[in-house]
Amino acid sequence: MEGKSGKGVGASLLRKEDERHLRGRGEFVGDIQRPGMLEAAFVRSPVAHARIKGIEKPAGFEDRVFTMDDLADVKAIRAVTAIKGFKPSDMWPLARGKVRHVGEPIAVCVAATRAEAEDIAAQVYVDFEELPAVVDMVEARTSPPSLVHEEWGDNVFLETLVDDDFTAVRARAPIKLRRHVRTARQSMAPMEGRGVLCEWNTRLGQLEMYSSAQMPHINRSGLSECLGLDQGAIRVIAPDVGGGFGYKGILLSEEICLAWLSRRLGRPVRWLEDRREQLVASTNCREHDYDITIYAERDGRLIGIDCDATVDSGAYSLYPFSACLEGAQVASILPGPYKMEHFRCHTWSACTNKPPILPYRGVARTGVCFALELMMDAVAREAGMEPYEVRLANLVLPSEMPYDNITKKHFDSGDYPEAVRKAVAAIDLPKWRARQKAGEADGRRIGVGLSVYCEQGAHGTSVYSGWGIPMVPGHEQCFARLSPDGVLELRIGAQSHGQSMETTFAQVANEILGVDPDKVRLIHGDTALTPYSTGTWGSRCAVMSGGAVATAAREIAQRVKKIAGKLMEVAVEDLVLEDGKVKVAGTDKQMTLAEVAHVWYRAPQRLPADVDPGGLEATVGYKPQRDTGTFSYACHAVVVAVDPEIGHTEILDYVIVEDGGTLINPMVVDGQIYGGTAQGIGTALYEEMNYDGEGQPLASTLADYMPPDRPKCPNRASST
Amino acid sequence: MKAAAFDYEKPADVAAAVKLLSGAQGMGKVIAGGQSLGPMLNLRLAQPQLLVDVRGIAEMCAVTETPEALTIGACVTHARIEDGKLPDATRGLLPAVAADIAYRAVRNRGTLGGSLAHADPAADWVNTLALLDAVAILQGPAGRRELKVTEFMHGPFATALAEDELLVAVRIARLSKAARWGYYKFCRKTGEFAEAIGAMLVDPERKVCRAVVGATTSVPHVVADARAIAERFMPDEALKAVEAAGLGDDPYERQMHFAALKRAAARMHGGGS
Repeated sequence: MEGKSGKGVGASLLRKEDERHLRGRGEFVGDIQRPGMLEAAFVRSPVAHARIKGIEKPAGFEDRVFTMDDLADVKAIRAVTAIKGFKPSDMWPLARGKVRHVGEPIAVCVAATRAEAEDIAAQVYVDFEELPAVVDMVEARTSPPSLVHEEWGDNVFLETLVDDDFTAVRARAPIKLRRHVRTARQSMAPMEGRGVLCEWNTRLGQLEMYSSAQMPHINRSGLSECLGLDQGAIRVIAPDVGGGFGYKGILLSEEICLAWLSRRLGRPVRWLEDRREQLVASTNCREHDYDITIYAERDGRLIGIDCDATVDSGAYSLYPFSACLEGAQVASILPGPYKMEHFRCHTWSACTNKPPILPYRGVARTGVCFALELMMDAVAREAGMEPYEVRLANLVLPSEMPYDNITKKHFDSGDYPEAVRKAVAAIDLPKWRARQKAGEADGRRIGVGLSVYCEQGAHGTSVYSGWGIPMVPGHEQCFARLSPDGVLELRIGAQSHGQSMETTFAQVANEILGVDPDKVRLIHGDTALTPYSTGTWGSRCAVMSGGAVATAAREIAQRVKKIAGKLMEVAVEDLVLEDGKVKVAGTDKQMTLAEVAHVWYRAPQRLPADVDPGGLEATVGYKPQRDTGTFSYACHAVVVAVDPEIGHTEILDYVIVEDGGTLINPMVVDGQIYGGTAQGIGTALYEEMNYDGEGQPLASTLADYMPPDRPKCPNRASST
Repeated sequence: MKAAAFDYEKPADVAAAVKLLSGAQGMGKVIAGGQSLGPMLNLRLAQPQLLVDVRGIAEMCAVTETPEALTIGACVTHARIEDGKLPDATRGLLPAVAADIAYRAVRNRGTLGGSLAHADPAADWVNTLALLDAVAILQGPAGRRELKVTEFMHGPFATALAEDELLVAVRIARLSKAARWGYYKFCRKTGEFAEAIGAMLVDPERKVCRAVVGATTSVPHVVADARAIAERFMPDEALKAVEAAGLGDDPYERQMHFAALKRAAARMHGGGS
């Protein structure tokens, strides 16, 4: 589907962002310099779990080294939830009393250069009394070697139970399979790590913070709470951001420290996270453990799932997502796109001496999908069926849509079985089955994999309010202004860091206002310039910010038409917006948007007496009629050749069938899917953030932590 | 992280470099391509007070040949070898190995001597030069000395080099026309250091039949009489070599190194993957 201009919704328009990024002219925190700027380096814990008996600043550098004692007026980061039984943690920006994971910041040092700051940091002496490290998430709750937060009495942030009675099911189910499934701890490893630059503006009495962040408004709220400053006294700017992937959806200890330092020292201070800090000191993701039992009929139809799931949440509850989100989400999405009569899920969000976790591309989705789809394959083997046949026997049917599943997820629409049928056809299953039977000349074994899921996006108030975390999404707003020269300025509170919003939202505006995408400027990522927003996370921006842009564009369209109608002496209903012009339908009468805007701003004497004094600027909001979220769905099919002698896996073919609804820009959607698939290949075959028994990370550089590279990804995936 | 402060010198000849190293009293470090030392400096795993850049020393960039041998200056890059800029004294072994080291960007700067002196057990040259029974030419304040590469490397990241000694060049005996070789390495990802290396060389005219179990936990394990592995691949003998290399206990290491030997043999005989 393509809009009337060929540049609107449905067009694979080249990205506006690429002009600067392909020429290396983007501006990231690391590109920003300020006169008199200091660089910061953090003293970080070399041990996983210890009491701090003392910290000695190096002689002569007492005014360059700061500890939590110096930041005495700063509050701890505390991300609580409304769920009963949740145990909050105090995460001090610099360690106080104890360190709870390797890499936890203990002191911050400043100097003219990062190298000199590191020289000072190397001389800070910390006296540790080491404690047994809590490393394994299941052991953490069943037989803990020590307590991460002693006042809790255990190592569990939150325990949840979705209960059901399986007594009768156990007695009658012809197929009963139990498996233990684990997913590795990972790092999101964005190309750009974090970076923070803080400067205190004495004229405005305002902290200006540049931060590589996904949710600048939320960072501002969090900073305000920890620093005791009015929110208006803080401006957060997320400039170009080199990948988020959930890793940058957080209020950082480092942000608080630098904000405090810049005010205290009266000088700009910058910290750029290096790759080692990114891998070992900051957040990780996705470490799950499933003890899962599946019950099915002889014909492959599911009866129910009974699961004990543990999530390794690491040492602290992070702001704003909290330590409960991942675990609670496991219980809510484990049934996947399938129908079943019984579901029981007991979850533990375990606290360990490892970095805290954040959601990475689908909150808990990857682990859940892996566990569930392994079980579907197990059922297929037990029932003697093709794996796709078992999926088809259990997927929600299009005739049943919209469908409320067993955990009350409201699947809005779709033809899930058709996605499976298309994927199986595209991968040519019979061809591979024949080849498997014949065997490979080189001794390798061929495997065919299948995975189906549906995925919630644009979670609304009703979804998040029950969790009661520090951030509950509601409306999303857009400020739109048609400038005197006819250029449309859009301001949104979300931040675009690879989502291509500068392009896609220009297409949305084009679809409604007819303004050329080249004449649309999207301003985002700056709390001083944009409406408040919970930011970019949870597959929400196309729906929520895109919805706000569309609503704002419609509002501006109405106002333009009212002015143009008076000027051309025609009824508003007779006007259409096309090609940057207001045209009178069925005539050659027309005005450009620039002419209309010129009259409003520069020649008001020509305006009608009853014109809307709101003019050509408006801030309008958007909230979907039903806020339970969108559900896109997909089926992936893959063929691999495994070398049994050395374990090497080669991907021979990969098919993706995905229904993303109306695509604003199909090229951008394909890019998102390819990127996600590459990350999935990394999850399946390469990436693992291992820890030893003392809680020491075993992958502290990219020589040890292996995201998939170009040669490991298929040359071309067919996407439908 | 950023490197700790250091001084930098770029001497024009070997004697000057040796003098600088002597003066540094153990706090000097030689840098050529910097492909391993660079990251080590930035991670502060190495904190020398003086870096001696040897890339300006003509002798160390030179390649000379005689009917019997090829002498390669320590500063010759992997890329020069890959591109066939050196006389081929090894029946194509050196260019083939060079072409598979890390990425081209690394090969443009990384050097043969730097790799050998760094002595990472998983590095290609460490193992290839052990297979070829090459000779390392060293120079210190007391003059030159020569050591077999197998004696040059003492262990992981440990060599016979004294603090004020320089690896100047490597000499490789010319292979005969009848010589055949096989080399196999397994990396989880393109450009990574190898998990396992298997290498073999049969040169009947020179009465050479050697095999190397490479990417061990220490020095390359050389099988000087490898007829039972190289001429005809006997699995039991290959497993014995893997065990003798100290890799018999861990099932993964044992299997990977066994497979590397098996595939090196298959490649030498013109087949396999």
